[in-house]
Amino acid sequence: MSRLLTLSAVLLFAFLHLPLLVLAGWSFNHSRFTVWEGFSWQWYGAAFRDQQLIEATVNSLIIALAATAASTVIGTLCAYGLWKRDSRVMTMSLSLSLVTPEIVMGISLLAFFQWLFRFLGVQLGLHTVVLAHISFCIAFVVIVVLARLRTFDGTLEEAALDLGATEWQTFRRVTLPNLTPGIVSAALLAFTISFDDYVITSLVAGVDSETLPMVLYAMARRGANPVVNAISTIIVFGLGAMILVSERLREK
Amino acid sequence: MKRVREICLAPAALTLITLFATPVAILVVYTLLTRGAYGGVEHPYTLDNWGRLFDPLYLSILARSFSVAAVSTGLCLLLGFPLALFIARAGRRKNLYLSLVMLPFWTSLLVRTYAWMFLLRDTGLINTALQATGLIREPLPLLYNWWAVILGLVYGYLPFMVLPLFATLERMDPSLLEAAADLGSRPFDTLWRVILPLSAPGMRAGAILVFIPCLGAYLTPDLMGGGKTILIGTVIQNQFTNARDWPFGAALSLALMAAVMLLLWLQVRRKGETLL
Repeated sequence: MSRLLTLSAVLLFAFLHLPLLVLAGWSFNHSRFTVWEGFSWQWYGAAFRDQQLIEATVNSLIIALAATAASTVIGTLCAYGLWKRDSRVMTMSLSLSLVTPEIVMGISLLAFFQWLFRFLGVQLGLHTVVLAHISFCIAFVVIVVLARLRTFDGTLEEAALDLGATEWQTFRRVTLPNLTPGIVSAALLAFTISFDDYVITSLVAGVDSETLPMVLYAMARRGANPVVNAISTIIVFGLGAMILVSERLREK
Repeated sequence: MKRVREICLAPAALTLITLFATPVAILVVYTLLTRGAYGGVEHPYTLDNWGRLFDPLYLSILARSFSVAAVSTGLCLLLGFPLALFIARAGRRKNLYLSLVMLPFWTSLLVRTYAWMFLLRDTGLINTALQATGLIREPLPLLYNWWAVILGLVYGYLPFMVLPLFATLERMDPSLLEAAADLGSRPFDTLWRVILPLSAPGMRAGAILVFIPCLGAYLTPDLMGGGKTILIGTVIQNQFTNARDWPFGAALSLALMAAVMLLLWLQVRRKGETLL
């Protein structure tokens, strides 16, 4: 039976990884069609020369960096507060924000922004995308940082307080350094989630704030396109590397 | 100490109230209004949007969404169980294998879905290869159908099944298995009568974690189904774009959210804890 188990595990790992590996391999195909004609970098070159793709990538990076910075700070503080004493309302709200279907979250944010902008006279744009991303990244940050806090010895804080440190000093000089791997791990995770989001982003983005997933989505729907293979490969390996680092930090 | 905690929770609370609770509250108000001519909403107040949810057309779409999610969840259970069992018994390699399961999951849903489109479309790798070997003349219609959507969902959310199953299987007391073996149980009987019943909590948690995102999925059905398999997520999106019926779209959204909350509540009530 254990041989059968190993065999099925091998098949399942192949199922999980082969599609991406095959896609990555084929992104180096010289031909525009699905017939192998030899190795070539040309689709990568084409991707880097595409002005629309470059602008979309820059937008995605700006959004992901801003959303990561804000959600990491907010989420870390929240995890710290929850670690001191659990708040059922807060954990329930965070869980709810995690399970709410993306399409519902996107629609509700769109309705909210449209309603708000009638009074403020603002338009949809990069800023609305950043706000939306912050709201769905917080829960992921809280999960990762809270897991780290649960392995942190609370008596260290008490010792610092007993020795005359203020609460702020204790947090800044004792707790925070201990949490750093968890916080960096959470930030990397938030970045990948933000960078990859399509559903919510496409709903709250303005005309001038197209992101990379939005461009890729449109290209994927239009049909086979070797340039998409090349960009997909870059995304998989770029984000994959970040996730590996993030997991490593969590295991520390 | 109490004040520090409140200051720490405040930014998150503020964000969730403005960017999560308020938007949902606005949707609730929208369901009671009339559709505007160019999208948006107008007065007078009405309950029609809620009534339309019971239109047979939308009930059948809801039923289809539930069955797609149920079939995907069942397949995830079927595939996830051996994988979780394998990882739970892998000893020192456990973490490596878990990373291998999670890595594609975190990477990019869009790219993972696109990878399958690349394999399955008419001019895709599988059809091209089959045609080259002469097994088929015309490309097989692999993409843009019900099973393609299921495949995409199973591929997308399998890790959500493997993680809780793995956690339950890993905690299982090995002496129970030894006892079964000592008492003359064959491996398959042990699997069927000891391991499977004991892993029920993991199965339940995994099933809910997979079912919820499958039910509300938008990206996968849209790309893999090519607009042919209409599920609730697509209908909601359509109300806010082409159909320009925001009030009804809001009612559909809240109905979907209510279903998701009910499922979450069932899980939380049983375990007595939240997802965090």
